[in-house]
Amino acid sequence: MEDTPILASPLAQTISLWIAALLTLMIFSFLYKDNPAYKFAEHLFVGVSAAYWMTVGFWTTLIPNLMAKLFPSRMGTIFPVAVGNRAEYFYIVPLVFGILLLTRLYSRLAWLSRWAMAFIIGFAAGTNFTRYLQSDFVTQIHSTMIPLYEPTGNIMTAVGRIFSNLVVVIGVVCALIYFYFSKPHEGSFGKAARVGIWVLMAAFGASFGYTVMARVSLLTGRMSFLITWVQSIF
Amino acid sequence: MLRKTGMRSTPTAIVLLLAACSLPAAVAAGAGVEPQAVSQPARQPLAPPGGVRAYDTGNDAGGSITIEWDRSPDDTGPRGRVTGYEVFRSESQNSGFESLMCLPSGTTACIDNSAVDGVEYYYRVRATSPDAPSVAVGAGPVKSSGQWFNRARLNLVVIAAILVFAIVYYIIQGAKGKDLYIRKISGLEAVDEAVGRATEMGRPVLFIPGIQDMDNVQTVAGMTILANIAKRTATYETALDVPVSRSIVMSTGRETVKQAYLEAGRPDLYSDDIVHYITDEQFGYVAAVDGIMVRQKPAACFYLGAFFAESLILAETGNSIGAIQVAGTAMPTQLPFFVAACDYTLIGEELFAASAYLSKDRMMMGSLKGQDAGKAVAMLFILAGVAVATLAAATGNETLAGLGEWLRQFFAIN
Repeated sequence: MEDTPILASPLAQTISLWIAALLTLMIFSFLYKDNPAYKFAEHLFVGVSAAYWMTVGFWTTLIPNLMAKLFPSRMGTIFPVAVGNRAEYFYIVPLVFGILLLTRLYSRLAWLSRWAMAFIIGFAAGTNFTRYLQSDFVTQIHSTMIPLYEPTGNIMTAVGRIFSNLVVVIGVVCALIYFYFSKPHEGSFGKAARVGIWVLMAAFGASFGYTVMARVSLLTGRMSFLITWVQSIF
Repeated sequence: MLRKTGMRSTPTAIVLLLAACSLPAAVAAGAGVEPQAVSQPARQPLAPPGGVRAYDTGNDAGGSITIEWDRSPDDTGPRGRVTGYEVFRSESQNSGFESLMCLPSGTTACIDNSAVDGVEYYYRVRATSPDAPSVAVGAGPVKSSGQWFNRARLNLVVIAAILVFAIVYYIIQGAKGKDLYIRKISGLEAVDEAVGRATEMGRPVLFIPGIQDMDNVQTVAGMTILANIAKRTATYETALDVPVSRSIVMSTGRETVKQAYLEAGRPDLYSDDIVHYITDEQFGYVAAVDGIMVRQKPAACFYLGAFFAESLILAETGNSIGAIQVAGTAMPTQLPFFVAACDYTLIGEELFAASAYLSKDRMMMGSLKGQDAGKAVAMLFILAGVAVATLAAATGNETLAGLGEWLRQFFAIN
């Protein structure tokens, strides 16, 4: 007789369906008001997910990125891919920083954790400087250097292109003016800043509608799941 | 035009490339094939590719060699005899060649990303067809190596240097005591109002630093604003609650708040419980924060950092409890939700300007002025580039077209 894994058995699937449906309803009950059912689902969600992420962090970060680099020959069945690799001892540096972070647990040495935090924040600032310089600054300038007029055979195409390019150039320059903090938004400068915020709001409106549609599809998916559950009862 | 193909390909691409090779079974069978050993076809022999050359790929971290060749004279398009090219590699000049990759007809270059730095390689390229391949043409020896500097991005160094110079200049000016003007930012003016309201109502202030880690600049910006808000809550003896979703953010947040309470002269009010970890799970975190909101009913909610789908859920819950809400993020997709549901929203750059604005620290204000100088330079270049490109398009002037292209290339990422 073929053995069926316990979690794949019809009974287990029915139980998991009920748990998922009841937890969904408990979370939805928040729409009415805070209540014990919501509190139960919330605490369960937080507890399970916190433990889950700790385990994920251990097995996907600490083991492959630290232990497997420092002690590859001792990984055995834990991380067999690393067995046979050469130990990379410079990984002692992140190990030391990791330990420094844990010194917070001992008040007399807690100041040492600041070294690790300073390193993390400094690293983030340094690496993001070039990243954002490229993606948000240089690329923006490059993409906005477009001709306002391009000779084409079709008059309607030419007019459309002029309008489109004007919107891009004026939109970018006025939005930049809005984010210019060293001058008061008065006179023509203030009017340009006003155009800038209109451009931003128009973009936000489009983004809002697009994202709301995506959220509605998520809700539809969950409702569909609940309908499946109700149908399974009858 | 060069068509560069690396070793990494999608499965579909691999199937296409293998089809492009169309090798006789004996040749395609295995490794160690000697490309010059193929039998002569019955038809006119396939002309080999010309001018095969191999060189270390420039401006990279190593492990890469570029191979280029001229098309076989028989590679005359889709109906030509050549169906593709096959590239071989060996560490010896005359033997041990193994098939490295097959490429479709029309290809004139590829990149070997499996090279080991410092090892000499020899390459051979031959044209392939359903009948028989051409004679293979060789190149090499060649070694791959990494470069310390990516010279193709020298323009970035120049742009970064201009920005850094402007920032450092204004920081020095600020440090010297020069009066630096910053315009009013209404979202930040509301911070005092929000904390004051919470104090009057005897309710806590809730601060959410986003759901990203400390390697995100928005979280860093959120932390610097938290320092200012914590100083105010310490001064007014108002309760502060900072639930976080990352352990490093918790550590940093505790240090930040502790320092703020010390500077406000109220270290006795500080407790580690002010900044507490919930979970890394996005919606688990949201569920818990929503619970905190409806149970503690904070009078002021601050959402300052990097947010994703949780933004509207948090802001709507805050709105439902009647809290005054100040949000700030640089996530373009989440800003609309904050604009719709919060009283004040710091849009993008305003979030990064907040710490300087709130602290009135002269050096930080100098940094902000330096960034403004960068924006002014960007506007000037944009307007100059648009003017030159428009004039070039309207007049057809070659010099202007060249100047416009140079300007665009100066701001291109290579």
